[in-house]
Amino acid sequence: MLSSGIGVLFQGNNFLRLLQGLMVSLRIALLSMLLSAVFGLFLGIAMNSKKGWVRAVCRTYLETVRVMPQLVLLFLVYFGAAKHLGMNFSGELSAVIVFTFWGAAEMGDLVRSAFLSIPAHQYEAGCALGMTKMQVFFYIMIPQAVRRLLPPTINLLTRMIKTTSLVVLIGVVEVVKVGKQIIDASRFTEPSAAFWVYGAIFLLYFAVCYPFSRAAALLERKLRDGN
Amino acid sequence: MKEKQILQIEHLEKSYDGHPSVLRDINFSMEKGEVVVVLGPSGCGKSTFLRCINLLEPVSGGRIYLNGQDILSGQKESSRIRQEIGMVFQNYELFPHMTILENVMLAPLLVQKRDRKQTVEEAGELLARVGLSEKQTSYPRQLSGGQKQRAAIVRALMMRPKVLLLDEITAALDPEMVREVLQVVLELARDGMTMLIVTHEMEFARAVADRVIFMDKGAIVEEQKPEDFFSCPKTDRAKRFLNMFHYEALG
Ligand SMILES: Nc1ncnc2c1ncn2[C@@H]1O[C@H](COP(=O)(O)OP(=O)(O)O)[C@@H](O)[C@H]1O
Ligand SMILES: [Mg+2]
Repeated sequence: MLSSGIGVLFQGNNFLRLLQGLMVSLRIALLSMLLSAVFGLFLGIAMNSKKGWVRAVCRTYLETVRVMPQLVLLFLVYFGAAKHLGMNFSGELSAVIVFTFWGAAEMGDLVRSAFLSIPAHQYEAGCALGMTKMQVFFYIMIPQAVRRLLPPTINLLTRMIKTTSLVVLIGVVEVVKVGKQIIDASRFTEPSAAFWVYGAIFLLYFAVCYPFSRAAALLERKLRDGN
Repeated sequence: MKEKQILQIEHLEKSYDGHPSVLRDINFSMEKGEVVVVLGPSGCGKSTFLRCINLLEPVSGGRIYLNGQDILSGQKESSRIRQEIGMVFQNYELFPHMTILENVMLAPLLVQKRDRKQTVEEAGELLARVGLSEKQTSYPRQLSGGQKQRAAIVRALMMRPKVLLLDEITAALDPEMVREVLQVVLELARDGMTMLIVTHEMEFARAVADRVIFMDKGAIVEEQKPEDFFSCPKTDRAKRFLNMFHYEALG
């Protein structure tokens, strides 16, 4: 019976465990996003460098990250680093390293285009007022870039939250893993558990990501009207 | 060099990669309180000329003196020099993330480290003079083109510049807003502001200018009092240029 399976969600502390699993996913995503934002800011600025070789290095990094499936990166860091470099990262740390490596590249690209989209005349207007390069950068360029960056950054964050579901494959006990444990435990008593548990996980992801997507869309509209 | 001369330019040359001789041997000077209008066909180098003066473009040769000081020697930092040379752009270039008051106060507070209270007062007075008292807390996007340009003029004036450079400041405006902006410039001229103005508004040029220079292909080809320039230009090139505007007026 399909409907009886729903009980599995509320047996014992199952639902709480799912929520705790979700917190692990969110912790990985938010920490990676924070680091990505910091590194991405510098990377994005470097991507607009006047020096050709700096741009080339950044470009290569970005392209490499983009063609590599995140799963391969995860395996590479979690299993590969342990084996060949003698470093042992926990699953969660491996995940943060990989997602930051990926997120920083994507963030860098967003930062790059945000700065490019500010008209050169804004920079000149600041200079013409006697502001130094640094002052123009901090008071005129960065505030405008950040405004443009907010919507795509939130979108990147939701992508990152969704991608955390991959870390189950390197043994991190996050929401999907907890779900599997619950399903496995009730395999014989509740055959329909899988449907309900994955359904619940789907809704949990939705509940987390949807507000972010909406916020991004709203911000985007607001900023477009604004300028 | 005469004491009164605020700006003096000798043998100024400018070329870009692929655009040699955008400015050719420009010799020019301005006295304190003088208003000079620069006329010339599109692409003749007017903007480049202005941009060289406040160091937005590196020059290829020649000298520029401001108050007798060589500003190209690099002895004085560009920030100091630019504080004395105000510039207003065709597209206003107000900072969109700041209110009008913040826009006009940013540089005086940040660059000149002026007293905040006095700066607020000064900004209030200047904004009132150009009819923008009500708009202090508005953002640029909430203003009309004419209002934005008046705010941009105030922003430049707040630095108390010795010279003001205006580059086609009404070219992006709807016709009904041109007047309100030019009115502000005329008042500044009356108050003795030294200004170098690029414009295509001939009536305005005639009214505001103490002297007109006409440029063609990167060189100054004619320099006259406005009444003489508009009634009997010396060069054929200037005649043709002026005729173009008559044609426009008729058509
Ligand atoms: N950044 C640049 N790079 C190359 N050429 C330029 C650049 N800016 C202007 N020019 C050229 O210099 C000439 C003069 O331009 P400009 O000073 O803008 O003329 P105007 O303001 O009189 O219309 C034009 O031929 C233009 O194509
Ligand atoms: Mg121009």
